[in-house]
Amino acid sequence: MASAKNRLLTLAVVTLASTFAFSLAQAGTPEFRIIIKDHVFVPAEVTVPANTKVKLIIDNQDPTPEEFESHEMHREKIIAGNKTATILIGPLKPGKYPFFGEFNEDTAKGVVIAQ
Amino acid sequence: MFSSLIIVFREVLEAALVIGIVCAATRGVKFRGLSVTGGILIGVVGASLVALFVDTLADMAEGMGQELFNALILLVVVITLAWHTVWMSYHGAELADQASKTGESVKQGREPLTVLFLLVGLAVLREGAEVVLFLYGIAAGGSSASMMMTGSVLGLFFGVLLGFALYAGLVRIPTKHLFSVTAAMLVLLASGMAGQAAKYLIQADYLPAWGYDIWDSSWLVSNGSIPGEILRTLIGYDARPAGMQLLFYVSTLLLILGGMKLVKRHHRTAQERYQAV
Repeated sequence: MASAKNRLLTLAVVTLASTFAFSLAQAGTPEFRIIIKDHVFVPAEVTVPANTKVKLIIDNQDPTPEEFESHEMHREKIIAGNKTATILIGPLKPGKYPFFGEFNEDTAKGVVIAQ
Repeated sequence: MFSSLIIVFREVLEAALVIGIVCAATRGVKFRGLSVTGGILIGVVGASLVALFVDTLADMAEGMGQELFNALILLVVVITLAWHTVWMSYHGAELADQASKTGESVKQGREPLTVLFLLVGLAVLREGAEVVLFLYGIAAGGSSASMMMTGSVLGLFFGVLLGFALYAGLVRIPTKHLFSVTAAMLVLLASGMAGQAAKYLIQADYLPAWGYDIWDSSWLVSNGSIPGEILRTLIGYDARPAGMQLLFYVSTLLLILGGMKLVKRHHRTAQERYQAV
């Protein structure tokens, strides 16, 4: 009985600790802001640290929605008009990772450079 | 105009192919047309609602609401497809037998109707929301709006046409084999969707990727291309899959095949017992 209680306590502590560690990790994630204006990404080139998780904050200042998509980074996400969305990427190996706006592919192009 | 045609076509494709296959799989079931039409209508309404609340949805789960929503819908479809395929492997043989004996279509099966409704509705809902958002973007866009709209309508048309073509091709298969063929297609469809669900959960950081780019066949068929999209829907193709995605794919495949085998064996022993008496 006592051992079961102990185990439960250990589990609770571990869960709590890992939750804490997780939120710490989240808090420490470097953020990079990209603006969408007139269906163009600004900046179109973002340099991020390699081999670590990174947050892209996409600020869509157009009234129309856009879909952020990157086959190389395995990400696709819709950002509503005049809204901001968070996209977690990485850890990326050093290299170039193109992305584009699916709804306006002719103009909305960019690249993440991991260094 | 061409770009909007391609975008809408790509989005409509998945729903159209899914509907084409499930329609062929439930060929001859009474009230099937009603069920499919109802599913499409509910799906379109649902898609519009999702599009309307897309930013509310996105803000949920610490900004990962969209990913979780997509993963959830995909997993519900996977479970429904799994259930349907296993059910059909139990009853399919009987239905096919009956159909070829009487020379007419099967007139029973209440179960497939609910499943059909759900599958069609969810398939339309998921991809439809993106189409609605895209069209809204065009409508609000201004100058080239009418050209883009024309492209979108054509994209929708060609997508639906492809769904019909697949259906027409499938129903040419003799009834005896139709159930096995559609069952195989549905199993691959479900496995691919499970893989896609995993992809969204990885994106939301709810699951580890266990390695990106287990292989890279982009040089052959890339993810964004039309053949890539068709293969993605039909067999779950991904040019650069993650490890976790493959795990979901293979597990789903094995679970459904195992389930089918199990009920078939059960079915056979039940029949033998019946014949012995």
